[in-house]
Amino acid sequence: MALVLEGLCKRFDNSEKDTLHEIDLEVKTGEFVCIVGASGCGKSTLLNLVAGLEQPTQGKVLLDGEEVLKPGADRTVMFQEHGLFPWLSVLENVKFGMRMAGFSKEEQDKKAQHYLEMVKLWDYRDYPIHQISGGMRQRTALARSLTMESRVLLMDEPFSALDKQTSNRLREELQRIWMETKQTILFITHSVEEAVYLADRVVVLSPDSGKVAEIVTIDLPRPRHVYAPEFVELRHRILEEVRGEAV
Amino acid sequence: MGFLLFLVLLIAAWQGIYWLGVEILALWKPYAMPSPLGVAESFLDLCQDGRLLEATGNSLLRGIGGYVIALVIGVALGLLIHQSKYLQKNLKPLVLGVQTLPSVCWVPFSILWFGLTTQAILFVVVMGAAFSVAISVDNAIKNVQPIYTKAALTLGANKKQLYLYVILPACLPELVAGMKQGWSFAWRALMAGEVMTTSVGLGQTLIMGRDLADINQVMLVMLVIVLVGIIIDKCIFSVAEKRILRKRGLTGGNE
Repeated sequence: MALVLEGLCKRFDNSEKDTLHEIDLEVKTGEFVCIVGASGCGKSTLLNLVAGLEQPTQGKVLLDGEEVLKPGADRTVMFQEHGLFPWLSVLENVKFGMRMAGFSKEEQDKKAQHYLEMVKLWDYRDYPIHQISGGMRQRTALARSLTMESRVLLMDEPFSALDKQTSNRLREELQRIWMETKQTILFITHSVEEAVYLADRVVVLSPDSGKVAEIVTIDLPRPRHVYAPEFVELRHRILEEVRGEAV
Repeated sequence: MGFLLFLVLLIAAWQGIYWLGVEILALWKPYAMPSPLGVAESFLDLCQDGRLLEATGNSLLRGIGGYVIALVIGVALGLLIHQSKYLQKNLKPLVLGVQTLPSVCWVPFSILWFGLTTQAILFVVVMGAAFSVAISVDNAIKNVQPIYTKAALTLGANKKQLYLYVILPACLPELVAGMKQGWSFAWRALMAGEVMTTSVGLGQTLIMGRDLADINQVMLVMLVIVLVGIIIDKCIFSVAEKRILRKRGLTGGNE
């Protein structure tokens, strides 16, 4: 198990009930797990706990058996708003994590090129961030996260601020990249379609209790097609689960 | 070019008013009203014996010296306030309060502690500028978007790297704006300090003009003070600001 959540609870100071209540979850190495739920169900809080950006009220997060206490490059996060640094170019942004870790120049160059080519942005490496489109910014952020080769990559609704077309294209590319790299990914989304499209397993969070409502294994072959009957059926089932609890 | 014409018209109007008010209608006494020609004469006078150049040079050196000290103290104080919740809550309101104090209020202290010396002038400059720098450092750091910090930490940056490679560049535009404001405070404080001492400088030249009842000299020095302020602002701070903003695609297109 790469990542283990044990009885994870989170209650905010101003709240009378747990936002997250006794969450247990195990993510295997190389697995793609999506967490879905209606807005306000604590998805992002869950991700922040795994990232170490927030501390749980009870329970713990274990990464390869070690308890997570603070943020680190072994759990890189890709955010909804790209979080790229506007004073750096595309290439410099992608190298940032490696620079912090003290990689050699050659290694930085090699890896940056490898991952920028993977997201098809090598030709744009010298562009400043403000001169590339929203989709390209998210690709840059993806490349930047991938260079860390984290034990688990955390993605917090990375495509939901983009238009539908761009977001669909990016999730296709993410699928391709995941099949290529077998990077362990914990992916947060409100879109059931996105979850069924990408994940090995979909974890449905219930907004009322803050618990895991259901975990659905998606064993459709990849690449997946959103109009295939099996896909539509699974999507409906999970959507009902998300809605049923949300009422 | 339009601005130059405006200046010429303004000076012509000034000369006209002087001529009408002082020479034709005799409404004002000549010693109470400067004229463009008088200022020009005074300019030539003070240039010939090199006094104007010396005064401007001395003032600039003092201003820059005091400003640099104010920057060091201000940045340190700002970081200190930023680091500690306790100071944030208790010291910052006081610093904000002291910052509103006109710098001339520090003159009695500076004379008592340092006498009529250059140190006394520097003290007034530092007091006039450091607090505003401290406040803007704290604000600049506070206004850094949290996403940058989160991104840096989850990419493995440690605390030192976070400040050096993320927070510093992220708050640079605001920092430069704060430094610019600090300079204008320093330059004003400098004049408050200089008018009290006898060592050669713009402030002292201005007071000398008053003592000699030479209103043209007073006016001339005022113009030089404004000019130096504008030149430093345009040639250093505005250039730096524009550069930083353009690199980040933040230029709003004004100017």
